[in-house]
Amino acid sequence: MTANESKLDSIIDEYNAEPGSLISILQDIQAEYNYLPEESLEYVAKRLDIPRVQVFGVATFFKAFSLKPKGRQQIHVCMGTACHVRGSKKVLEELERKLEIKAGDTTPDGEFTLETVNCVGACALGPVVVENEEYHGEMTPIKVESLLNSK
Amino acid sequence: MKVTSVNELEAIRSEILAGKDQDKPCIAVCGGPGCLANQCLEVRDAFVNEIAAKGLTDKVDVRTTGCHGFCECGPIALIYPQEIFYQGLSIDDIPEIIEETIINNKTVDRLLYTDDEAGQLVETEGEVPFYKQQMRLILGNNSKIDPHSIEDYIAIGGYSALAKVLGGMQPMDVVDEIKNSGIRGRGGGGFPTGRKWESTRNAEGDIKYVICNADEGDPGAFMDRSILEGNPHSVLEGMIIGAYAIGSNEGYVYVRNEYPLALKNINLAIKQAREAGLLGDNILGSGFNFDLKVNRGGGAFVCGESTALMASLEGKPGEPRAKYIHTSDKGLWDRPSNLNNVETWANIPLIINNGADWYSAIGTESSKGTKVFSLVGKINNTGLVEVPMGMTLREIIFDIGGGIPDNKAFKAVQTGGPSGGCIPESLIDLPVDYDRLTEVGSMMGSGGMIVMDEDTCMVDVARYFINFLMEESCGKCVPCREGLLRMGEILTDITEGRGRMEDLDLIQDLSEVLRDASLCGLGQTAPNPVMSTLKYFRNEYEAHIKDHKCPAGVCTELITYSIDAGNCTGCGLCLKKCPAEAITGETKQPHVLDAGKCIKCGICYDVCKFDAVRKE
Repeated sequence: MTANESKLDSIIDEYNAEPGSLISILQDIQAEYNYLPEESLEYVAKRLDIPRVQVFGVATFFKAFSLKPKGRQQIHVCMGTACHVRGSKKVLEELERKLEIKAGDTTPDGEFTLETVNCVGACALGPVVVENEEYHGEMTPIKVESLLNSK
Repeated sequence: MKVTSVNELEAIRSEILAGKDQDKPCIAVCGGPGCLANQCLEVRDAFVNEIAAKGLTDKVDVRTTGCHGFCECGPIALIYPQEIFYQGLSIDDIPEIIEETIINNKTVDRLLYTDDEAGQLVETEGEVPFYKQQMRLILGNNSKIDPHSIEDYIAIGGYSALAKVLGGMQPMDVVDEIKNSGIRGRGGGGFPTGRKWESTRNAEGDIKYVICNADEGDPGAFMDRSILEGNPHSVLEGMIIGAYAIGSNEGYVYVRNEYPLALKNINLAIKQAREAGLLGDNILGSGFNFDLKVNRGGGAFVCGESTALMASLEGKPGEPRAKYIHTSDKGLWDRPSNLNNVETWANIPLIINNGADWYSAIGTESSKGTKVFSLVGKINNTGLVEVPMGMTLREIIFDIGGGIPDNKAFKAVQTGGPSGGCIPESLIDLPVDYDRLTEVGSMMGSGGMIVMDEDTCMVDVARYFINFLMEESCGKCVPCREGLLRMGEILTDITEGRGRMEDLDLIQDLSEVLRDASLCGLGQTAPNPVMSTLKYFRNEYEAHIKDHKCPAGVCTELITYSIDAGNCTGCGLCLKKCPAEAITGETKQPHVLDAGKCIKCGICYDVCKFDAVRKE
C-alpha cells in the first residue's frame, strides 16, 4: 500500500491509539502524505477499534482532509469577506482560467492544486493568495500571470 | 525556572525586572499576520545583522512580537524606550535606523507616520491617530513582550492574577468577581461569562472541563489569532483561573489548523508554564492541579459552535446537538464543561488584577470592558483595534479607521461574521455594544467589522454569506441544509438577472423558517445578512430584479464592458491582456470590445490607463 504501516503506527502510537485523537491522527497522516490514502483510513479504523464509517465520516467532513493526492504546488485563494469585497472572486476566476482547473482540483500533471480558504487573517492585504505558505497581498487578475510564471 | 509558591513568583518577577535595563534600546518588530505577509521577518533579520555589523549586539535588543494592530502600515517596528513608531519598513531602511536612531538618537523622518489631518509627522505610537483613540488593554501588551518568553510575560505582571487567586481567593469569590465585572462572551453569543462559570461549577460531576475556543472561523476576523500568537500566556492564565473557579483539572485549547504560528506559540507557552509549575500538579503550592491539551481544528466553520467543537474534540464529525442539554451539565464526554473564546480568557487576568468595579466602569450598561475589532475591507487604516464598548461606529470607522479610501462613499459596515448583518450609513452613530448591534439586525459576533463602500453590491454580499454558510452547514438539520441551498439559488437568480419580485417575499419567509427552526446558532443566525440587506438596501434588490442593473457594478451578468473610442489611444494593452480575445483594433486606433466574446473578467478595465473602458 501507499501508506507505510510502520509510519502509521508511529503516528497512531503518539496518541496512544485513542479514538478521541482521531482528527489529530488524520492531520498527521495528511501532513505526511499530502492526502489521506484510502488504505490508511482503514488501518486507522482497525488500530483505533472504531467503525470505518466514523473514520470516513471525519475524513470527509473536515475541509482539512483530502482523499485525493494534492499537487506539488498549493495555491490557496482567500475568500474571506475582506478579500471578497476587494475582488478575490476575479482573482480566483483568473487562476481557474490560467490553470484550466476549478477550485478544489489538481492539474493533470500533478503540479498545481487550486483551493479556496475562508480567511487567512491577513485581511489588510486583501485579496490574498497563499502559494506554498508564501503570502501574496493585493492580488489582481493581472498579477496572476506573474505569480504563476515565477514558479 | 520552577515556581513553587506565590512569594517565589514575586521574587522571580523582581529578579527578572532587576536584570532588565529599562533604558536599553529594544526594537520590537511586529510579527503579526499582516506584517508576516509583508516580509517582516526579513526586516527583523536585517536589524539583527546590522546591529551585529556595528558591534552593538550587547547594547540593543531585537524582539519579534505579536500583532501591533496597524496592519495597513506594515512592516512596523517600535523603538523602545522612546516608543518611536516606524512604518512601511523595508530591509534597505534598516542601516539608517541603526545609524540615526540607535546611535545618533535622531528620528528617520521619512519612516514616521504622517497625520494627514494635522499635516505633521508623529514620532511615537501613542500620537498616531489610529492608536490614540483606542483602549488597548488586551492588545497593548503584544508589542511589549516576546511571545516565546515566559519571563517577558512575568515581567509585565503576568501570572500575578493567578497568584492572587491561588494565594487567598475561594473559587466562589473568583466566580463572583467575574460575574460582577459584567463581562460577556467575546466569541459571538455574548452570554455572561460569570453565569456560565457558576453553572458549570454547580453542575454535578467530579470531572469537569474548561475549553478555549480558538477556532476563529468568521472570515475577516483575526483577533483571536493575534492574541494567541502575541500573548499566549494571557490566555493560559485566564484558563487556569477559570479552572480553579469552576473546579476543573483538565482543559483543552481547540485551535484552527490554518493558524500554524498560533499553534506553535500556545504549545510553547504550555510547555513553559508546565516547566515553571504554573500548569500541572500543585500549582504555586496551592494544591490545585490543572493541565491542558491542544487540539487542532479540521477546517469546519461550524466547529466554532460549542457543541460541534466538543464533538470534534471527541474525534467525531463536528455536528452540533440541541441545546436543551446545557454544556455546563453535559458537555465534552458528557461531563460538565465550560467553553469560552480566546479573547474572553485573555480578559480574566485583567479583571482579577484590577477588580470587577474597575472593569465594569468601562463600557456601557449592558456591555462591559473593551472589544477588539478587526477593521477591514474598504477602509484606510486596516487593522485590529481595541476600544471600550459603546464607542460609535463613526468613531471607529472614521476617527480610528481614517475613513474610506479613494474618496468613495461609505455604504455599510458588516459586523458579526456570517451570522451578522449589514448596518447602513443612517445608523453610523450607533454605539457598538452587544444589544445595540442585535437591535439593528446584526450582532457582535467575534468582532469582524468589514467596511463597504459604494462599489460593494449588497445583494452580492448577501449571496456571498449565504454561499459561505451553505458550504459550511453540517447538514444535520433540514432547515439549515435545504433552506440555505434554496436561498442561495434565489440570490444567485437575482444577481444573474433572473429574479422576480415575489422572490423577495420568499427569501423573507425562508429566513424566518431558518431562524426559528434550525438546530444551532449557525442556521438560526444565517438569515441575518439577507434580512439586514433586504431591510436597509431593498432598492438594490429591486434594481437587480426590475431594471436588471447592479448599481455597484459588481454582478457580472448584469454589467457590460465597452471601449470609449474618444478616450482610447490604441495602446493595445487591453488587447494584449484580454484572456478571451474579445478586444480588437489596430495600434494607435481606438479598439473595439466584442460584448459577445467578453467574459467580464474586468482585466481591461483594470489595466486601462486612459479611462477608456466603460463598465455599465
